[in-house]
Amino acid sequence: MLTEPGRYDYLPLIDRPIIRWPNGARVAFWVAPNIEFYEIDPPDGQGRPLWPRPYPDVLNYSLRDYGNRAGVWRVMEALERFGIRASVSLNAAICDHIPEIIDECLRLKWELFSHGIYNTRLISGLSEDEVRQVIADSVETIKWHSGQDVAGWLAPAISATEAFFDLLPEFGIKYTIDMVPDDQPIPIKVRQGRLISIPYSSEINDIRVMGVRGYPADNWAAMMKASFDQLYREGADNGMVACMPLHPFVIGQPHRIAALHDVLKHVTSYDGVWFATAREIADWYYEHHYDEVVRFQASAKASGA
Amino acid sequence: MTADRLTYPHRRFGLDHDWFVHESTFKRGPLVWPEAKRIALWITVPIEFFPLDAPALPVRPLGGLDRGYPDFWSYSNRDYGTRIGVYRIMRVLDGLGLRATATVNATVATRFPRVIDEIMRRNWEIAASGIDMGHVHHGKLELTAERELIQTTRDTLSKSSGKRVAGWHSPGHSESPNTLMLLAENGFEYVTDWANDDVPYMMKTAAGPLCAMPLTYEWSDRVLLVHHNLTVEDYEAQVLQAFERLHAEAGRLGSGRILSLSISPWILGYPHRIGMLERLLRKILATGSVWRATGMEIADTFKRQMPSTI
Repeated sequence: MLTEPGRYDYLPLIDRPIIRWPNGARVAFWVAPNIEFYEIDPPDGQGRPLWPRPYPDVLNYSLRDYGNRAGVWRVMEALERFGIRASVSLNAAICDHIPEIIDECLRLKWELFSHGIYNTRLISGLSEDEVRQVIADSVETIKWHSGQDVAGWLAPAISATEAFFDLLPEFGIKYTIDMVPDDQPIPIKVRQGRLISIPYSSEINDIRVMGVRGYPADNWAAMMKASFDQLYREGADNGMVACMPLHPFVIGQPHRIAALHDVLKHVTSYDGVWFATAREIADWYYEHHYDEVVRFQASAKASGA
Repeated sequence: MTADRLTYPHRRFGLDHDWFVHESTFKRGPLVWPEAKRIALWITVPIEFFPLDAPALPVRPLGGLDRGYPDFWSYSNRDYGTRIGVYRIMRVLDGLGLRATATVNATVATRFPRVIDEIMRRNWEIAASGIDMGHVHHGKLELTAERELIQTTRDTLSKSSGKRVAGWHSPGHSESPNTLMLLAENGFEYVTDWANDDVPYMMKTAAGPLCAMPLTYEWSDRVLLVHHNLTVEDYEAQVLQAFERLHAEAGRLGSGRILSLSISPWILGYPHRIGMLERLLRKILATGSVWRATGMEIADTFKRQMPSTI
């Protein structure tokens, strides 16, 4: 077993290259709705139970299904109102089951990236070739339904194998959000090709704040705004990334959706914010900063820092 | 070993089961409530019995006794609901001219018949909610055993109330693969276990159709106040936010919505919470946008306007 991921170098906040976003923006802000399909009867033997109750777990299945029947449309309406395009962490099977959601994502010019096939199909314990099958299937499915070349990856239900990062570039994937060690993009070491990590968040994720901890939506909105404001201040010196992870079955509830409008109103009231998709952030970073950061890390290592 | 993890037998257009079809809440035909009110206020009052010897597995409902046998402490806290809380809630609802749908464990009818009398005297609706909170329906229950649970529940409650019982809520929102079919087979018309919509929709079973009614879960008193340990102020604020949003959507869509409010006697019937409940209901009623309805009245209205798409 690994003691550390071994995928990125130590790069302290106080000693690293300066990131500059387009038009001198301080913060790149991106929104990541997780549009997910949870199977009602997933296969056993995945290392952990997928549902807390025996088949059929009507309560927990239906709470998630709420996102696809009702919640996602509220999230879409809010983001469209504020002119913000999202980058969707997409279980590819949504393309097959509920294509009307994909159609609307395309109308809104949202980016779609891979969140595996189903949220009830973990990659844990799969062989490299099996993980390749999952990545390929998701990339091809999304391409077929949307025409988009998938650029990003988040493993379904935060599952993992030691080596899956190495396989992502084989399928044209440029960024991962499977780790959350930083507020800026960072290079990820892979066997072949290049990969970067784009900042995501476990801390201010709606599912953790409101779903697990049960905070009222107003408290989540306050956390989102505080996080954004802090990154905005720091971004005067070094460009930061602020991510808003969402789950339509959580934030899309009628007793919570006003808080999303509240956060969007706040972040759109600032100058110097780059409202980007994750793909755009990745492309910019590769073009302007990737080589510099890799060189900086190499020389820091060489000087024994 | 892992091969079945890479095969997807139900990956197809629509859902991965046949109990209902996928429909976006916002793309359905308009629902018109009486007097064109925007919101149907559907109050449910769960009348529950939590046995001291309830099994913890395979499913313990939210509120199930969890301190180890014999949990007199939690038992008596829940029991407060049927002794004190329910009557306090009745006074509040009486004062506001509101009727409720009582979702009743059959055991209550045999142990505390006075509660049933008071429910019937107020012309509330009685919906069945299984035997008690120790008899949870789940996937490991045999078909014949579950059929008997459902028939006993139905017969006990219809005998005790003198009325046909048409609504069903499974204890803990928990079902087996057969529950829906058995409910249709035994004359039930609506079920409230699935938390995936804001408005009713039709389900299909081998024994006929059922109407799925949107009983609140996410902003229910037991999730917000018991599971998440929030304050009454937080509870009140969140229910009001749900009301405001649904009210606005009803106006924009030109289609009635439902504010489902589950009022548990062992939670909101306490003296430190009941004042908030009355204040909250007064605020909602003061909008003048509310149709005061029971579950069966809503389901009937829905079925007349939106016949099954199945």
